[in-house]
Amino acid sequence: MATRPYDLRRYPGFLGITILCLVILYAPLLVVTIYSFNSSPSITNWEEFSFRWYVDVFTGPESDKFKQAAWNSLIIAIIAATTATTIATLAATAVLRAGRFRLRTLSIGLISLPLMVPEIVTAVATLIFFNAIAFERGLMTILLAHIAFCIPFAYMPISARMQGIEATYEQAAQDLYATRRQAFTRILLPLMMPGIVSGFILAFIISLDDFIITNFVKGAGVETLPTAIFGAVKQGIKPNIMAISTLLLAVSIVMVTLSWIIGRKDKTS
Amino acid sequence: MPSDTDIAVDVRNAVKRYGDFTALKQISLSIRDNEFFTLLGPSGCGKTTLLRMIAGFEDVTEGAIFLFGDEIEKLPPHKRPVNTVFQNYALFPHMTVLDNVGFGLEMMGRSKTEARKRAGEVLEMVQLGQFSHRKPAQLSGGQQQRVALARALAPRPKVLLLDEPLSALDLKLRKAMQVELKHLQRETGITFIFVTHDQEEALTMSDRIAVMSAGALQQLGEAREIYERPRNVFVADFIGDTNLLDVAVDRIEQGRAQCHLGGGHQLTCDAVEGIGAGANVHMSLRPERLYLSAEPIEVESLKGRVRETIFIGTDTATIVDLADGPQFTIRSSNSTRGNARVFEPGAEVFVNMEQGAARLLVD
Repeated sequence: MATRPYDLRRYPGFLGITILCLVILYAPLLVVTIYSFNSSPSITNWEEFSFRWYVDVFTGPESDKFKQAAWNSLIIAIIAATTATTIATLAATAVLRAGRFRLRTLSIGLISLPLMVPEIVTAVATLIFFNAIAFERGLMTILLAHIAFCIPFAYMPISARMQGIEATYEQAAQDLYATRRQAFTRILLPLMMPGIVSGFILAFIISLDDFIITNFVKGAGVETLPTAIFGAVKQGIKPNIMAISTLLLAVSIVMVTLSWIIGRKDKTS
Repeated sequence: MPSDTDIAVDVRNAVKRYGDFTALKQISLSIRDNEFFTLLGPSGCGKTTLLRMIAGFEDVTEGAIFLFGDEIEKLPPHKRPVNTVFQNYALFPHMTVLDNVGFGLEMMGRSKTEARKRAGEVLEMVQLGQFSHRKPAQLSGGQQQRVALARALAPRPKVLLLDEPLSALDLKLRKAMQVELKHLQRETGITFIFVTHDQEEALTMSDRIAVMSAGALQQLGEAREIYERPRNVFVADFIGDTNLLDVAVDRIEQGRAQCHLGGGHQLTCDAVEGIGAGANVHMSLRPERLYLSAEPIEVESLKGRVRETIFIGTDTATIVDLADGPQFTIRSSNSTRGNARVFEPGAEVFVNMEQGAARLLVD
């Protein structure tokens, strides 16, 4: 190819705009990460490199609170992501493999709509709903809310993957004496696995870092990591918050990398 | 119930409708046991729909399908003892070649060991034994094709359905596979139902061919019969090259039809049921059954002038304009034993035809 149709170098200001975007996107994260290794209790003056605040996170005066919150977050994220992924897989199968049925378009809309509803609206609505049915707020309300809003996130990669799998695979399986169930478990499910894993990881991360809805539906005294961080920040930003944030960032990066590796390894279709 | 066990698949008045669109209009045909049967037609003629109805992937709107006397059109695909070779092969990408081929047997309830043993045997039969532990993506198109074939043959189906399985292969490989498929069909004794839009492929492989168009059966017969005695314009035109002429039937006498074509040229050929005197119909003349001469040989030698000669390897095609009449293409072999004489453009020639070369067609 002699000339690319959109040769980036031909656009004036390309480099400047790119650098500006990268700085806006990543400079805050970079600052937080760097200053989490600062030995000073100040959040702006660099003293020297130290793991002090990481030690503080695990053993400091607030460590019990954070550990409990992190544990809650993890449990909720695992259960919510698992449940949401299961529901999303079944929903995708119904929408994409059950042929044309009435209300199919509506079903697709209903599954993806929550992505477009402002989160604060969902939060208020969920809170009102729990109040209306007199459901006592606590870990359970957080979990239920998380399952609900994780479904569309899990659904996206799963349905995208399923759309890429031709229906002839299942037909071939049924032609070879597999029942519908066997065609699903032996053929469709393994082929869908990369999408399911992506869906799970996305749901997991979304659940792990959700603040708004969690803050509304959590009971008094029950904290997840984001609400605990928010609570701590209200009393002034200490460097240990930066250390926790950096740890969370690391977890996210690991999960996304994992998802990418799994997606890349799959060259089946 | 049909008692005739020589019939493998019996399609009776099968109709397929999608909403307002009729994909198949009342098809009835019987496919014999142990034959290589081809459904031939252009895309959209309903041949694949019919195959998928036999496999169980399409509902039958009306009519019935019998497999060795058992009515099957209501059964789900996994309960029909037929297997399919799909056009895109549909090999399971996450399984090895061996597990792909063994899948059917495993689903039938055989042990994994037994399934693998049989799969290995079938893979040997299609000369792919050494590839059994590869994944399908690691094989060439031709090898994938053989795996698909092996996978469909492994459970020993009563009928094998093949949905344009060779269309993705290049010409040379396709020719080789045609011979191999035919050989495999004879060897296994399984009834093959083969779908293709390639008339040459159909003629090469089939015991019998059903020519389809616009959701209807146009003609069913042996390859030679369909080629030499096409029933209508569609079949004559679709199968092979032909000269299609407008003719008027003057009279019918002792099973012979006297006709004339544009320019007043006279032609006599076998009468065909349904075409009487006074009819304006089409006539098919296969180019290879015509020959040229410098002098009239018969009473009905048609006088014309050579427009063009075209060298096409094994043959030479000569295009002749009849005086005030239609244009003819004549094909003659380039073998030196054939006394085909090549005429220069502009030369005056006479077009002669072999016995039975002309065929009247119903529309």
